[in-house]
Amino acid sequence: MREVAIIGVGETRFGEVWDKSFREIGIEAGLAAIENAGITGKEIDALYIGNMSAGKFIDQEHIAPLVADYVGLANANIPATRIEAADASGGLALSHAYMAVSSGVHDVVVVGGAEKMTDVGDVQAKEILAMSADQEWESVFGATFAGLHAMIARRHMHEYGTTREQLAMVAVKNHKHGALNPKAQFRREITLDMVLKAPMVASPLGIFDCAPLSDGSASLVLCPLKIAKKYSDNPIKIASCGQGGDYMALHDRRDICTMNATIIAARKALKYAKKAPKDIDVAEVHDSFTISEILAIEDLGFVKKGEGGKATEDGVTSLNSDISVNTSGGLKAHGQPVGAVGIAQAVEIVLQLRGEADKRQVKNAEVGLTHNVGGTGATAVVHIFEVV
Amino acid sequence: MAIPRFWRETPSRYNLIGTKCKNCDTIYFPPRLICPKCHRKSIGKLEPIKLKGEGEVITYTVIHDGPKQFEMQIPYIMAIIELDEGVRLTAQIVECESNEIKIGMRVKSTFRKLGEDGKAGVIHYGYKFIKA
Amino acid sequence: MKVGIVSYGGYVPTYRITPKEIGNVWGVDGDVISKGLRIFGKSVPSPDEDVITISVEAARNMIKRCEVDPQDVEAIYVGSESHPYAVKPTATIVAEAIGAVPNLTAADYEFACKAGTAAIQTCMGLVASKMIKYGIAIGSDTSQGAPGDALEYSASAGGASFLIGRENVIATINKTLSYTTDTPDFWRREGQMYPSHGGRFTGEPAYFKHVINCGRELLDAVGKTPEDYDHMVLHQPNGKFPVRAAKKLGFNDEQIKTGLLTPFIGNTYSGAVLLGLANILDIAKPGENIFVVGYGSGAGSDGFDITVTENIKKMDRGPNFSIQSMVDNKKFLDYATYAKYRGKIKLREV
Repeated sequence: MREVAIIGVGETRFGEVWDKSFREIGIEAGLAAIENAGITGKEIDALYIGNMSAGKFIDQEHIAPLVADYVGLANANIPATRIEAADASGGLALSHAYMAVSSGVHDVVVVGGAEKMTDVGDVQAKEILAMSADQEWESVFGATFAGLHAMIARRHMHEYGTTREQLAMVAVKNHKHGALNPKAQFRREITLDMVLKAPMVASPLGIFDCAPLSDGSASLVLCPLKIAKKYSDNPIKIASCGQGGDYMALHDRRDICTMNATIIAARKALKYAKKAPKDIDVAEVHDSFTISEILAIEDLGFVKKGEGGKATEDGVTSLNSDISVNTSGGLKAHGQPVGAVGIAQAVEIVLQLRGEADKRQVKNAEVGLTHNVGGTGATAVVHIFEVV
Repeated sequence: MAIPRFWRETPSRYNLIGTKCKNCDTIYFPPRLICPKCHRKSIGKLEPIKLKGEGEVITYTVIHDGPKQFEMQIPYIMAIIELDEGVRLTAQIVECESNEIKIGMRVKSTFRKLGEDGKAGVIHYGYKFIKA
Repeated sequence: MKVGIVSYGGYVPTYRITPKEIGNVWGVDGDVISKGLRIFGKSVPSPDEDVITISVEAARNMIKRCEVDPQDVEAIYVGSESHPYAVKPTATIVAEAIGAVPNLTAADYEFACKAGTAAIQTCMGLVASKMIKYGIAIGSDTSQGAPGDALEYSASAGGASFLIGRENVIATINKTLSYTTDTPDFWRREGQMYPSHGGRFTGEPAYFKHVINCGRELLDAVGKTPEDYDHMVLHQPNGKFPVRAAKKLGFNDEQIKTGLLTPFIGNTYSGAVLLGLANILDIAKPGENIFVVGYGSGAGSDGFDITVTENIKKMDRGPNFSIQSMVDNKKFLDYATYAKYRGKIKLREV
């Protein structure tokens, strides 16, 4: 197995990008990453792209060759592959690109994530998001994606005494971080009161507890660590990847306040990277809802089970505290173009480990982690990154 | 929704038909072909079982922002319910006020309209729950 | 050949609205309407309830309290004037939901408010001729009253299901007969959302003529007088018509009381006379006689002479099943919520 490095990153601004199509945002991030890596198109061996539901959002399947074509690589006839794992599509695409390079099958690989969510109406977009849950035994009965997470939140409050305010503090923190990120969808801070008084989506979650619907794309260029210095002065090593699975429907998991997929993915990734949770300086975790971040920091081992709310309240996860969580603003403020999320998380960690995160820079960041979840936890993907 | 996609699930949606693993006696809903506990040993040993439709609320939410199918019912309550047979499912709780619902509340199944394929389309029926 | 009721079950939705609440919207004194019609509240189906769900709940309540295997049910007829489908039977969904498929015959009936009693007569014929072992007859409605129309104060929802057979009957149906003419007192044309009616023409030449003639012919046919009956129930479009008709036939308040539910839940149309009969069976003792006359606009009446048997003692008539507990279990709605639940609010089309 070869060691793998990231030598280029690129990202579009996240948000409602009315004037650009799916292929345009895909190209923008891809070209930015290629430019950042300083490679030429001819050097690219393969393209991977994470995307949840182009078929539903823009009526287009077969999007990997589409992006390869419009990025100017049709003549190169390279393999282009789409990876789908609902919200974890981006993270999983990165894993597969990583494995392709690590195994020696490919040398230079571009891996992107893209989603165009605003070409359909709000109501429809939320119905599509809910397709990552079990359509036949959850959604058909009226369970929305927010509703399923709200039920996790309600049970977490019941079992551990997590408060409504603690949930809200996740959103306040991530908006604070997002305000420092020029690529973020929401670049303004919000108050606790705003979160608490916002209209309900699915009790106890209000509108500020939910990540937005977004358009956006992010991209990375990977190559073997051995040749990385040829392209980049500051390559970032992918130390490991880990993936875990679980029951598809939330109700089939005996402990709905724990994502076993996250625990397994983290355990695998940490073991392979020879790290402990306390070694992580900066983490991008999957906060599609405020409760999701609380579960994530518990299941990744940053805090004890049940103490995620308290830890958030204590500021443990704020920028330059014990562990800086979601410095990009997270899905909440950075934005949630579903299939792009996992890649965007890696972009943020690379920027942090390179020391290029500007106002939101984590001091002396050497080890970073990304955590990308599909559905209500039927898939989780964790990656660990290190400065070389 | 495609007609056969809903139609083929009607035994479970109308009558809460699950499966019981004859190898370990665990009950599953919806029906499964393989028992996650017994794996290979369970093949061919999962038999249909009709659930009584009584149980208690494990967790719940009041949905204020719902799909088109449910807009007339907003706000409505969704819950994860543990049936007395030990199996859990996700269902709507009707005729219950937002301030009445509680974790641990006893509920029983009722037969209701789940949705329809527009004004001219097929109507879908199945289980919802009410206070027991 | 003796034929009778083996089991029965009812269903009344939980929600209610008062005439006063309806009247407020139309600038009418609802209390006056309430007194005029003798209706204090009417049942309202939830947005996820319709004739199919009401029929299934009633049929399940019926099946739950008897020993009969649903697989032995060989016919299901559902009478209603608000079947959710114009084409595609309610009866097949009921059959599937109670586990009676596939070896049975099934069909939907429509004869305004007497489609349910017509279903009982059909089942009686099939059972008596031994073509089938058991048949299910259901009368159920989620009746529509146009906003602001007199019917809006009474048109309600509910239904009852009767299992007809030869063995272990809890009540014997000694006799049935009908009285039918072509009388256009109330109708709904294909594709119309709300029914139309002939106003006061629905009274004397329609309801009273058919109910009283059918009732008198039934008394003659069985050789009984009103005094021979412990209970009686007539179709009840409001709280006044059945009382007036009963008095004309020679019955007293005590006999009428138990079967008269319209004052509390409104007119459940095809469900009305059957829910009234179910409420009587809930309290009836062995040996008691029950006189029943239904009415359907268009127009016709079906009469039944019924005697309760010893078997009724074995039946669970407690609060889980009793009609009275369903009548008492109620939540009142304001008009806006009622309009929302009844689909009277126009939604955005997709």
